[in-house]
Amino acid sequence: MDSNNFFHDLHADTSLESSRKKRRKIEAESHSSETEIKWKSESAQRIYAVKLVEALQRTSSQNAPPAPSEAAGGRVVRDVADRVLAMAAKGRTRWSRAILASRLRLTMLRRHRKVKKASGSASRPRKPLPTAAEDRKNRLPAVGNRVKILSRLVPGCKGIPVTNLLEEAGDYIAALQMQVRAMTALTEIISVSQGDRLGSSSSSQA
Amino acid sequence: MSSRRSRSRQSGNSRITEDQIADLVSKLQQLIPEIRNRRSDKQVSASKVLQETCNYIRSLHREVDDLSQRLSELLASSDTDSDQAAIIRSLLM
Repeated sequence: MDSNNFFHDLHADTSLESSRKKRRKIEAESHSSETEIKWKSESAQRIYAVKLVEALQRTSSQNAPPAPSEAAGGRVVRDVADRVLAMAAKGRTRWSRAILASRLRLTMLRRHRKVKKASGSASRPRKPLPTAAEDRKNRLPAVGNRVKILSRLVPGCKGIPVTNLLEEAGDYIAALQMQVRAMTALTEIISVSQGDRLGSSSSSQA
Repeated sequence: MSSRRSRSRQSGNSRITEDQIADLVSKLQQLIPEIRNRRSDKQVSASKVLQETCNYIRSLHREVDDLSQRLSELLASSDTDSDQAAIIRSLLM
């Protein structure tokens, strides 16, 4: 009995490594489909829309008289939408963490505005040119240039290796698509409900 | 090929394999409607995919900005909480 168990464990040990490799490969392959399902599902979109409405309600009640400058209103909504989107990512992606971190930094900056303005960004060292390994892959200068532009578009992805950047970009695009779908549905619902409200009030007057 | 991929993952991405990049580029290709709808079976060049990705992200940003503007205008004109409760209810259904 004991010898049987011993051999079984021995076999399990050697197959553990291969099963671990297999699991890692399956995880890698399902990881991409998992993220897409996460951003494509209707329930995720609905949850995001509800959270967005709640967050917007909170911000409009915080600035007690809502700042009537129309240009700023859009910016506020955009910031709230980005923050809620980043929270929906549950901290698993770099861009979502960067969005939340930059919000934090902004609120700190606003409190110590005078002190922070003096330092500025001149002292930050620039990232060196791509390493030799990456250079061999991006032999065409066009690719290297595009990678740099892409890294500037995706938040928080300035100095990371190309593979991570492409992964982040894929997730970021799927998230942005969901954001657009959810906000479009939201504007539709709000404008329809407003039209109902205005329509019913005018009919009651007549 | 699979062993090569998992080995490079273990080394912490110090050697970026051709496979990984091709994988991710094709994944991006699927996401971008421009390239997907063109229905070209042959491989699109990586540079083209990257360019389309950048353009697509910029257009998505613009769309979100527009929607934010519209939303802020709509919300500014309707202040009642009952409205927003009705919105949430209709969203959940």
